[in-house]
Amino acid sequence: MRLLQDQTAEQKLGESLIIQTAVRILVPFIQLFGLYVIVHGHYSPGGGFQGGVILGASFVLLTLAFDQKFALKYMSEKANNILSNAGALLFTGTATLCAICYGGKFLDYSALDKLLPLGPIAWRSFGIFVIEVGVGLAVMSISASLFWLLGSNGEMDEGL
Amino acid sequence: MKLLALFATLMTGAILLYGTMDFPAFGDPQSPAATHLATYFTENAVRETHVPNLVTAVLGDYRGYDTMFETVVIYCAGLAVVSVLRKKKPSVPENKS
Amino acid sequence: MIWILDLMILILVVVCALVAINVKDLLSATIIFGVYSFAMCLLWAEMGAVDVAFTEATVGAGISTILFVAAILHTSRRSKD
Repeated sequence: MRLLQDQTAEQKLGESLIIQTAVRILVPFIQLFGLYVIVHGHYSPGGGFQGGVILGASFVLLTLAFDQKFALKYMSEKANNILSNAGALLFTGTATLCAICYGGKFLDYSALDKLLPLGPIAWRSFGIFVIEVGVGLAVMSISASLFWLLGSNGEMDEGL
Repeated sequence: MKLLALFATLMTGAILLYGTMDFPAFGDPQSPAATHLATYFTENAVRETHVPNLVTAVLGDYRGYDTMFETVVIYCAGLAVVSVLRKKKPSVPENKS
Repeated sequence: MIWILDLMILILVVVCALVAINVKDLLSATIIFGVYSFAMCLLWAEMGAVDVAFTEATVGAGISTILFVAAILHTSRRSKD
């Protein structure tokens, strides 16, 4: 705790010490909860979209409490763009892989059984998991970059 | 002009309320929405996909096109915002070379 | 369905919508819009649509409020009319 106070005091940016320390402690748990919501979408309410929004909101919280440069140290702009493209590509790529390479219908995950024989029903469950991860990645990076671009007037340096 | 706007709003609300009178009751098992496809999903979705949450099974598997184009719409929104708002810093002219 | 709870939440939704339109300060209008989103989330959850309630709570009350605040801080805070 002493170390956290020293770190936040010497950076001298953003809000007060209490908010910065609370955000530093809270953000890992928020991201863990977002991952839980994505992964546990098969059994409980939630899924890729909600978990992705929660993950994006953790970066927004970092930006509000500290500074945009501080948040961009954890998720750089280039990584953000790559992740948004990768998320959308993971979804459409999985769907196209079923149709083109393995002779099934578009978005019919049981055709992926020829890739790795787990059984067609298990592949339908596992395909849903893959596309949820894709949706989560895309929504996380896009919601974070929307806020960063709107908040910094398009320059991606200072922020609010 | 404001009275006209109020009149239009009230008329739209009244028509919408009149439309809800034809709805089936809440949770009616004999309603048209609950008799054709919903019974198929509730009976077969867990056996066919091994996903206990029916909403995820329907969103991810049976209605995968919806979820895919939802993601594509969000992706296009992000692409549009980045291409409209993002400003590049003016590049510093290099002295050497 | 508990109809008293339904009635209270619906009254809260209508009051929040009217106040969010009529208030002059745009920042407080945004916050009241977040309250409206949470009331809608309660209403969905009370009707049994838990996934929709989750989406409403994260998107409506989390991201859209923050985007409104980010837009308001770049314009003026008072509305003209």
